[in-house]
Amino acid sequence: MTWLDGRFEENLIVTTLEQGMNWARQSSIWPMTFGLACCAIEMMAAGASRFDLDRFGAGAFRATPRQADLMIVAGTVTFKMASRVRRLYEQMPDPKYVIAMGACTVGGGPYFKWGYHVVKGVDLVVPVDVYVPGCPPRPEALLEGLMRIQDKIKARRVGKVTGTAGPGRQGEKIFDELPVPHHSGCATRPELLEV
Amino acid sequence: MTPAEIHQHLIARFGDRITGVKLDVLDPWVEVAPVALLEVAGHLRHDPALAFDLLTNLTGVDYCEPDPKKAAKFGHEPHLEVVYHLFSFPHRHHVVLKVKLPRWHDDQPGQLPRLDSVSGIWAIADWHEREAYDLLGIDFTGHPNLRRILCAEDWVGHPLRKDYEFPLEYHGIRGR
Ligand code: SF4
Repeated sequence: MTWLDGRFEENLIVTTLEQGMNWARQSSIWPMTFGLACCAIEMMAAGASRFDLDRFGAGAFRATPRQADLMIVAGTVTFKMASRVRRLYEQMPDPKYVIAMGACTVGGGPYFKWGYHVVKGVDLVVPVDVYVPGCPPRPEALLEGLMRIQDKIKARRVGKVTGTAGPGRQGEKIFDELPVPHHSGCATRPELLEV
Repeated sequence: MTPAEIHQHLIARFGDRITGVKLDVLDPWVEVAPVALLEVAGHLRHDPALAFDLLTNLTGVDYCEPDPKKAAKFGHEPHLEVVYHLFSFPHRHHVVLKVKLPRWHDDQPGQLPRLDSVSGIWAIADWHEREAYDLLGIDFTGHPNLRRILCAEDWVGHPLRKDYEFPLEYHGIRGR
C-alpha cells in the first residue's frame, strides 16, 4: 500500500469497521476444551509448542462454552455424548463455529458399520462449518481447518444494503460471502471453453 | 498349586458340581455349575491353600452364530459363558473359572439368564458385572447396584449379543 505510506501521523490506522471487527474475531478464536477420543491427542498436539495453535490466536482453550467461539469436536461422538455436545453448542455465544475433526465426527469413521453406539457424523447433532477428515488428522490439517474458519469469519458482513433501513425499520443484511476453499476443487467461475 | 492340583482339590470338595476342565491350553480353566458358583468362588478366595485374592478379569462371551449359513460350521451350542480369571498373591498361581449359562432364562427371549454375583467376594467384580450385564445381558443376582455402566441408562438391548439389532434411531438421531 505504497500510496498510503507517509501520509498519516504515527500510530494511525485506517480500516473499515467490518474489517476491524472481523480481524479481531478471526485472530482470537477461542476453542472449547473438549476431546472425545484419540483425535483429541492430535488437537492437543496442535495446541502444544511444535504446532502452536496460538500463532492463530486460537490457543486459549476455554473450559466453559460461555467463553468459547469454536467447538473442535475431536473424537468419536457416541449417542450418549450427543445430547451433551448439543447442549454445549447451544450454550456457546454467537458467533460460534464448529470444526468436525476426524473421520468419526465427519461420518462415523471406523465405527460406521458396526458401531452400535456411534453417531454417524456430528452434523446430525450440531451444524458443522469445517470438516477435517483423517484418522486422526495431522495437526497441520487442523490448522488448515482453523484457517478456513478464519476465512469464514473474514467473509462476515455487518453492513446493510444501502437505503433499506429507516425509522423503526431494520435494514436488509448483506449476505456473507462464503469463501470457496482453494482445495475444494470447486471453481467459482468455470472457464468457458470454446470448441 | 498347578491348575491340575487346583482342579483335583475342587473335585474332592465339590464333586460333580465341577463340570469340566481343560488343562492343555495357555490359561487352563475349570468349569463350574452355575448353582455352585458362589460356594466355589468363596472357597477359592478364603481357603488358605488356594487364597485367590485377586479377580483379574471377569467377562462374558456369547456363543451364538446368527447367520444360518455359517451356523452349521459353528461347532458350539448357543450359550453364554462368564469367565473369571483369578490370581493369588500369596501363592502366585492362576486359574480360570468358567460358568455356562443359557442365552435366555427358561428359553424365553427377553428373560435375562441369572447368575449369582461374586461382588461380595471380590469387590472389583461390581463394575465388571455391571459391564457384563450392560453388554451381554446377564442378570447377576445379589449385585448391589446392577445398572448399565457404558450404554445410556435408557438403552434397549445388550449390544455384544451376536443377534443384537442395531438401533435405527436414538433420541431423534439416526443410527445409520
Ligand atoms: S477419527 Fe480415528 S483418531 Fe479420530 S477419534 Fe475417530 S478413531 Fe480416533
